[in-house]
Amino acid sequence: MHELSIVASVVDTVTESLEALPDASKGARVLQVRLRVGVLASVVVESLEFCWGIATEGTSLEGSKLVVKTIPVVMHCAVCDADVKLEGVQSFRCPRCDEPCSDLRQGRELEIESFEIDDEAGLEKAGNEEIGVSG
Amino acid sequence: MTTRIVELRRGILKKNDELARGLRARYAAGGVLVLNLVSSPGTGKTAFLERTLKELRSRGSRVAALVGDLETDNDARRLASSGAPVRQINTHGICHLDAEMIDKHLESWDGVELGGLDYLFIENVGNLVCPSSYDLGEGIRVALLSVTEGEDKPLKYPTLFNSADAAVITKMDIAEPCGFDRTLALKNINEIRPGIRIFETSAKTGAGMEEWFGYLDEARKTKGA
Repeated sequence: MHELSIVASVVDTVTESLEALPDASKGARVLQVRLRVGVLASVVVESLEFCWGIATEGTSLEGSKLVVKTIPVVMHCAVCDADVKLEGVQSFRCPRCDEPCSDLRQGRELEIESFEIDDEAGLEKAGNEEIGVSG
Repeated sequence: MTTRIVELRRGILKKNDELARGLRARYAAGGVLVLNLVSSPGTGKTAFLERTLKELRSRGSRVAALVGDLETDNDARRLASSGAPVRQINTHGICHLDAEMIDKHLESWDGVELGGLDYLFIENVGNLVCPSSYDLGEGIRVALLSVTEGEDKPLKYPTLFNSADAAVITKMDIAEPCGFDRTLALKNINEIRPGIRIFETSAKTGAGMEEWFGYLDEARKTKGA
């Protein structure tokens, strides 16, 4: 169960990147964060989603959506001289020729692909606060 | 509403991976082969490591171990009886060791220098899931399973077994009473990690340990440690 620390690291990274954006308005909100998670990344997507709400509370990411793209395992089969996609992780054999493969090319990814922000929400919110309008 | 997408393309464990890269460079500079031992709780990592440390020491190798556990220093005390320097890392609930913990414990380890070692063993927290995500800069990742755990363990935990460089089967001395199906276990390991070196060992009787030491010696030479 290391998903909470993974989610916390995503929140930190996105927060830092948002703050570092030279042209982002103050108080810009994050609407969505997209991750790429390999089948062999040892991460349970449901657990990431479960932790998301708690980890984003009180940050610019609060209320945002977590979108996880699952990356299948791709091996290079020396016999076929081709990159082949595995349907599961119970057997590391080439689906074409059935030879064992150990040359992993894809499937361990654990990365933040992108995040989507709403600049205007930040501007409006800042404006509203100035004139004391709530909601 | 003005929305826009910010491309990031950044590894979530980037910080760990960068630290691990630094560690790997330091291990190489010190000429030490580092092994990360991963298994379920109760597989017998500590018994296997105890025998490994003792025998390597008796052969003149300079060895040390870092031992990860959630709590207690029982394993470190047990391993220290081998005479090798051993340091406990208590993770206090964290289910794996990470590069930062290794870095911190190496830095503050009195009397132990990487340059003065041939082998450094890292006994990870007993867990077959989380440790596979965290690179510790090791030269060799060893997945262990015991004859009591069931031959399908590699199929249940493919992410760990697929990332291992070597596999060790422990407690071979009780394989028979446990009804251990050796052929099936070897087949399952090979399905998940084709061609991996597999050692069938018993820390109690010493079975299979010679092959293991031969492998370590070879690995030290080929990895340029």
